[in-house]
Amino acid sequence: MHSDSATSTFARHAVLSLSALIVIFPFLWIVAAGFKNQIDLLLGKFLFVPTWRNFEAIFNSTSDFARNFLNSIIVASTSMVLVLIVATLASYSLYRMRWPSWVLHSLLAWSVVFHMVPPITLAGAWFTMFRSLGLDNTLSGIILAHTTLNLPMALWMMGVFIRDVPNELVDAASMDGARTPQILRHVVLPIVRPGLAATGILSFIFSWNEFPVVLTLAQRQTATVPIGIGKYAQENTVAFTEMAAASTLSMLPAFLLLLIAQRFIVRGLTSGAVK
Amino acid sequence: MKNDVFWRYMTLMPAVVLFLALTIVPMINLFALSFHHIEWIERAAVWKSVGWSNYAAAFEDNLFRAGAVNTVIFAVVAVSIQMVLGFMLALLTTGVTRGRLFYRTVFLLPILVPGIIIGAIWKLMYSYDFGVINKTAIFLGMSPQDWLGNPHLALASVILVDVWHWTPFCFLLLLAALESLPQDIYEAARIDGSSPWQALRFITLPLMLPAIAVTFIFRMILALKVFDEVYLLTGGGPGTSTEVVSFTIYRRFFTEDRPGYGAAISIITFATVAILIFVAGRISRRRKVA
Repeated sequence: MHSDSATSTFARHAVLSLSALIVIFPFLWIVAAGFKNQIDLLLGKFLFVPTWRNFEAIFNSTSDFARNFLNSIIVASTSMVLVLIVATLASYSLYRMRWPSWVLHSLLAWSVVFHMVPPITLAGAWFTMFRSLGLDNTLSGIILAHTTLNLPMALWMMGVFIRDVPNELVDAASMDGARTPQILRHVVLPIVRPGLAATGILSFIFSWNEFPVVLTLAQRQTATVPIGIGKYAQENTVAFTEMAAASTLSMLPAFLLLLIAQRFIVRGLTSGAVK
Repeated sequence: MKNDVFWRYMTLMPAVVLFLALTIVPMINLFALSFHHIEWIERAAVWKSVGWSNYAAAFEDNLFRAGAVNTVIFAVVAVSIQMVLGFMLALLTTGVTRGRLFYRTVFLLPILVPGIIIGAIWKLMYSYDFGVINKTAIFLGMSPQDWLGNPHLALASVILVDVWHWTPFCFLLLLAALESLPQDIYEAARIDGSSPWQALRFITLPLMLPAIAVTFIFRMILALKVFDEVYLLTGGGPGTSTEVVSFTIYRRFFTEDRPGYGAAISIITFATVAILIFVAGRISRRRKVA
């Protein structure tokens, strides 16, 4: 399988570099467009004088983008914390506290089905429900929706990590008289910390990226970043370079998390896909 | 011990409550809604029973039919291309260790960026007047195309974006699986005089089948949910050429404010996907037994 000749290694690198270039080019192009004047973009100029105009424009007082950004941070981080708490408790309960197997299986089966259907099918029901509860057009409603959407993924990711906690440690702690809350805090949490990181990062990103549900639940004051981007595209006179600048800023969390926590992301994505 | 039972319920409760309140109850609500016509008076919904007529209407709805057909075409074509490209790339690049971190960072990027941004990027790149694609076409002496506005090209253009978006994901998963295959089998096959092609056909493919199946199913599920990119790139148009199911539901339920009818097509979609999952599960279980 491995032919280690120099030409074959060179060919492999050539294929990989070309693919990487194809993947990265659109990102470079949109970042560049964010720093262009509209006229430079329209003329398709390759060389241009970078400008901050677009970034100033999307943060001026008539633009909603700063509000969108703040909303996104609140929604993504709150729903991340909630989903981590709920999923960790539930996984510990399911895998470590001797539930009858039908409880485990029906909960997991339902979470798989719920994870697979398009979220828009439930968005309508959430909208009517939240509206009668007065939760429509509130950040709390969106946070609840995102927590629910990310719960299946968090359940099976945390399940993988919690099943790896050695039985002896838990047994030893309970022999010593530790109760469930203490076992969770002092034995389980320290061991599953990488799992919490992986699950947390992915649920933050998925909430940050989520579009259809926020589109149906939010109005102007509660809109998140993807809604803001969508709006740019729908206006009659599309401000292309401002849309590019806003897009560039919206990709920052993905960039940052990718650079500082790549190994957690890889672990999360593969464990999510294999289950 | 009594204490143990108490905590057993307490720890599972939040998840059960969340699932009940935000998935089961809404599903029941949606089901009830699908037999009604809704009018909003003040902030209260007034329900009027209409029997099965919402369901009957769904089968007459050309937009819903176009959405269903396009979603299936989109998912099957896009995912098949991604799988083939991803597998070929994985085969070609297995064993490369230098620059691994860099490549992986680049290939993870499209997966983590919001779908709506992917749409925004490609909408600009596809632009008839100034998009980089038409600029390149002109530079190469070809005629510029209206990639998203031409009904014959629009769905293919959307599929191309999805291929760009998700091939790296298929590549990364298949590469990981490929590199975890036991190497001694290849050594033995080589000693027995088998060609590289035979090794691929009789060793790699059979061993990779589970990984290929998992990646394929995972991608199909995501592809059937497609919404963000279509919303931004084409809005379902021109005509119904890129209409997809999620978009039809959104349009009927919210834009046209027909909750009863929107609920009916949501239920139909939900049921179809659930049946597909069930069938896929049965088939994969039978394969394992055989």
